Amino acid sequence: MNDVETLGDVVAVAFLLLGALLCLTAGIGLLRFPDVLTRMHAGTKPQVLGVLLIMVGAAIRLQGWSATWMLLLVALFQMLTAPVSAHMVSRVAYRRRHVRRDRLLVDEQRSTGKDRVYRGDEPADAPPEEPGPALAESLREDREDREDRGDGVR
Amino acid sequence: MTADAATEPGVGGRLAHQLRHQLPLLVWLVVVWNLLWGTWSWANLLGGIVVALAVTWLLPLPPVVGGTRVRPLGLLVFLGSFLVDLVSSGAQVAWQTVRPSGIDRSAIIRVQLRTDSDLLLTILAESVTLVPGSMVLDLDRDRSVLVLHVLHVRDEADVERQRASVLVQEERVVRAFGTADEIAALSRAPGEPFPAVERRTP
Repeated sequence: MNDVETLGDVVAVAFLLLGALLCLTAGIGLLRFPDVLTRMHAGTKPQVLGVLLIMVGAAIRLQGWSATWMLLLVALFQMLTAPVSAHMVSRVAYRRRHVRRDRLLVDEQRSTGKDRVYRGDEPADAPPEEPGPALAESLREDREDREDRGDGVR
Repeated sequence: MTADAATEPGVGGRLAHQLRHQLPLLVWLVVVWNLLWGTWSWANLLGGIVVALAVTWLLPLPPVVGGTRVRPLGLLVFLGSFLVDLVSSGAQVAWQTVRPSGIDRSAIIRVQLRTDSDLLLTILAESVTLVPGSMVLDLDRDRSVLVLHVLHVRDEADVERQRASVLVQEERVVRAFGTADEIAALSRAPGEPFPAVERRTP
């Protein structure tokens, strides 16, 4: 009987430690990754898995169904909300040019490719390094967008 | 909401129609309320019903068009592969954060999907963010194009592999929750426009 309890404790501790470790790597990722988009990866995947493992460990350790139901809810909402918040943050970051374009292999969203006049890791309303070419480029992009939508074909 | 006007003649009919669409949400809210209390009792059930009605009345949501059809086998496949993906992606990204060489380059890709249902796209976007290496950046709803940020790509082959894995995930989601029409739409050539009749957005 006592052995069974000890075994349960050992398993629970293993889950808790593993989960805590994964959450730690999420924090390290926030520091080490180069830009917002990659940091959001670190903030969602290892972190969600870490929270899930901690929930499993806690469910083993805490006896009683009421705690288990609560942990289940926490896990469920974690999986539902973490992707949404990461998506909202990264969408804003992309639209405001907080993107390290030198670290991108391809960017099909802006298939014109190389962003020459902007560094990339800056807000959209920051002054460009070369104002003249930047204006010309943005005008050209606007025209291409209009043609994409079919407004240009009049 | 032209479909409502066509199918529902009176006020009573519209109320029943609304209730039918809101019922899953109401049940879910009552279940959450009971889980939060931790114990089951009649008082919790009644309190949950009152709270659920108040929430849906004060904060109305647009109904999910078309509803859901859960296929048990497809759901099992989806959940199983999702669990495996979740663990492996957590481990992969965790390893990339701590290894000395840091991360490789990343990419932003557009994936043309074959699904045209709000609910399925939501499930797909949620699950794609949690599977290895990809995160939803934007969704072009009119064209059903998912814009993803993909971690850890070294060359074009990696990009294509990620694109294929998203399409496989889409197929799993549709086979778990989609209607027969939507499963048939999977074999449609990607990029082909959806016939207006089949559109399931209000």
